[in-house]
Amino acid sequence: MESIFSFCFAILIAPLLPAVIQKVKANFGGRQGPPLLINYYTMAKLFKKGSVYSTSTTFVFRMGPVVGCATSLMMLLFFPLAGVAPVFSFHGDVLILFYLMGLGRFFTILAALDTASPFEGMGAAREAFFSTLAEATIFGILVLFYRLTGSLSFAEFFTGTQPIAITGAHGAQLILVIIALYIVMLTENSRVPIDDPTTHLELTMIHEVMILDHSGPDLALIELGAWFKLLFYSGFLAMLLDPFQLQNVWLNGLLFYAVVTFIYITIGTVESITARYKMNMVPKFILTPFILVFFATILTMELIK
Amino acid sequence: MDKLLHIQNNEKVNRADIPHLPFDTFRQQLLACAAAGGQVVQFFAYEDQGVSKLLAVMRTDKLYVGGCDAPDSFASLTAESEKFHMFEREIGEQYGLKAEGHPWYKMVRYHANCSGKKDVFDNDYNQDIPGNYPYFSVEGETVHEVAVGPVHAGIIEPGHFRFQCCGERVFHLEIQLGYQHRGVEKLLQSVPMKRMPIIAETIAGDTTIGHGLCQAQAIESLAGLQVDEGAKIVRTIALELERIANHIGDLGALSIDVAFGPPAAYFGRIRGEYLNLSQILGGNRFGRGLVRAGGVTHIMGDEQKQLLRDKLDELTPEVENVSELIFSSPSVTGRFDNTGIVSKENAEKIGLVGYAGRACGLKYDARVSFPTECYGGLPANSNNRTDGDVCSRARVRREEVMHSTRLITSLLDRKEEAQSYTPQEIQLASQSFVVSINEGWRGEVSHCILTDEKGGILRYKVKDPSFHNWTGLALSLRDEGISDFPLCNKSFNLSYCGFDL
Repeated sequence: MESIFSFCFAILIAPLLPAVIQKVKANFGGRQGPPLLINYYTMAKLFKKGSVYSTSTTFVFRMGPVVGCATSLMMLLFFPLAGVAPVFSFHGDVLILFYLMGLGRFFTILAALDTASPFEGMGAAREAFFSTLAEATIFGILVLFYRLTGSLSFAEFFTGTQPIAITGAHGAQLILVIIALYIVMLTENSRVPIDDPTTHLELTMIHEVMILDHSGPDLALIELGAWFKLLFYSGFLAMLLDPFQLQNVWLNGLLFYAVVTFIYITIGTVESITARYKMNMVPKFILTPFILVFFATILTMELIK
Repeated sequence: MDKLLHIQNNEKVNRADIPHLPFDTFRQQLLACAAAGGQVVQFFAYEDQGVSKLLAVMRTDKLYVGGCDAPDSFASLTAESEKFHMFEREIGEQYGLKAEGHPWYKMVRYHANCSGKKDVFDNDYNQDIPGNYPYFSVEGETVHEVAVGPVHAGIIEPGHFRFQCCGERVFHLEIQLGYQHRGVEKLLQSVPMKRMPIIAETIAGDTTIGHGLCQAQAIESLAGLQVDEGAKIVRTIALELERIANHIGDLGALSIDVAFGPPAAYFGRIRGEYLNLSQILGGNRFGRGLVRAGGVTHIMGDEQKQLLRDKLDELTPEVENVSELIFSSPSVTGRFDNTGIVSKENAEKIGLVGYAGRACGLKYDARVSFPTECYGGLPANSNNRTDGDVCSRARVRREEVMHSTRLITSLLDRKEEAQSYTPQEIQLASQSFVVSINEGWRGEVSHCILTDEKGGILRYKVKDPSFHNWTGLALSLRDEGISDFPLCNKSFNLSYCGFDL
């Protein structure tokens, strides 16, 4: 019951948090920014609309948004948000989940290629390349967590017998992991300095350009998928950062979402004080966290006693 | 160059005094001038009593003019000097005169010529071909083509960009414009005198004062009108305000293009403040209706002077702070540095003008070389960084904003007041020629008027700085990442309608 409630709450709050980023960025620019509920309005608007399909596209184009959104939702189903046991969990679920996420991306890329637009092909190539690089880090983290907990399941990572926590025995290594995961989060969610989610310049876009041809409910699904994904990553980070494991579920949940909000605020801050990197610098940036995680893993081997 | 006539900016010249050379001599003279470091100011064809003629204005540190009878097809000058390449294409398009041996001979704006000759590009103008024109293509298995435009995201004007890429790397960019061709030159030859400034001001909406001033000076010169000192001050201030407002807007746009939001928001507001100053000065935020042949329509009184002074004192530190915010953040300069480089050598070959040229190390500033209005007595600007990349172009603009502010402040201290403007009947001198050059915010703006024996306009030629600089943008993309195109484009920020005319 708690699990389902936690899952539903996450879905409901996912559109709210990105508006926090917009607010922070607006504040840095001396503007008011859109209302916090902007994304709910956008959703209502998009779902009321119809979708326009180019005659050159096939069913693949229509599948992209659905698969993308569904796979992001799966992540939340399996993740112990705020330490509440997830709706589903089995041994080895992390592997399947990250590959499900890969599947979602695969369909987004296919949908982009299906339009035969030169822009979207270019964006698809960039997305495929950068996310492949980011995957190295993700699996580096999983290897490390396996060494720490002996399990390959989100539920066991955070609620098992030896939960991973910054206050635990391996807190120092976790700092490296947190930095790495933060960079992966920026990459996977197309944030500055890798991508610019607010630009209108198709030639510079990575993720946005792939969804240029989607409209109405399709676009809404894509947006929802992106928000769920961002919530998953910041939830993941928050679980690592949150030092308290309180007995009261409500207080714990409150604390967890406070940390999540804080992460969103830092994203907004990063986007306000840095420009995005040149495209040829991005791979170097994405590979940096892999080295951090690799180093953390070496530390757990206790080669030097 | 010995056979070309040395003239002054805005000097009325009898057409009979312009050396009329045989084509071969004409060609050789122009090439010699170009080889000696000269650049083309105007090079166009016109029809006089049924005969096609060519006329060229060249600049070194002086201005030279020469003309000739145009053969239907002639040996291209571009084959020997790149400086003429756009001009020859334009001549072919407007008057059907073919430049043989031009390395890349294609239409400029896609319209039929006005002389009724056979089209030199073999185009069928009944067909609409947005994007479907012949273009340079690179072949190979890994080469792909990206076509952008003519309809763009955002609110920019139409233009077609064709990239030949290998992955993210751009081999070649070809730019095709002309979607906004309105026939400005023809229109200017046919409308009543009082409509002319209104058309001139709309040649390029962001260079209202620049084009308006060029036309006003040309007409004043042909009609023998005098402009009082006070009006000259107002005109100079107006031109400088236009420069500041545009540079500020572009610096903001440059920072948003690299996803650095805050300066864009600040500069967006500050640009509006400078536009408001233009309104105080001339009653319109974009400078419309201020400059007219014979003077200015608005008098700058002590009240306006004080308003301008106070506002400038308030804005200048703000501009300095926000520029500092842009240029002191490493992630931004990391993006600007070494992006979109045009070498000094190339810049000279294609004759870049304005800040784009100065960022490449070409010193030319029409305010210094051919001063009009008050510029003769004002200090010149100098630029610290001239590497030809986006960073240099941005820094040059920042320096120009500061320089222009100093110019305005010093002009506000002058005592002369403009006399009130009364429109009068204007009669242009017959059989005359004048070329006027001003440094608009984007670079050298030039208008050229030829009159017939009755004092009517025989040929009105307009040249916006974009006519030179679009080629510079194409060159800056060579070997550059395609994702840097928007940034390079913004660093040049060229005019589509100013080019299309």
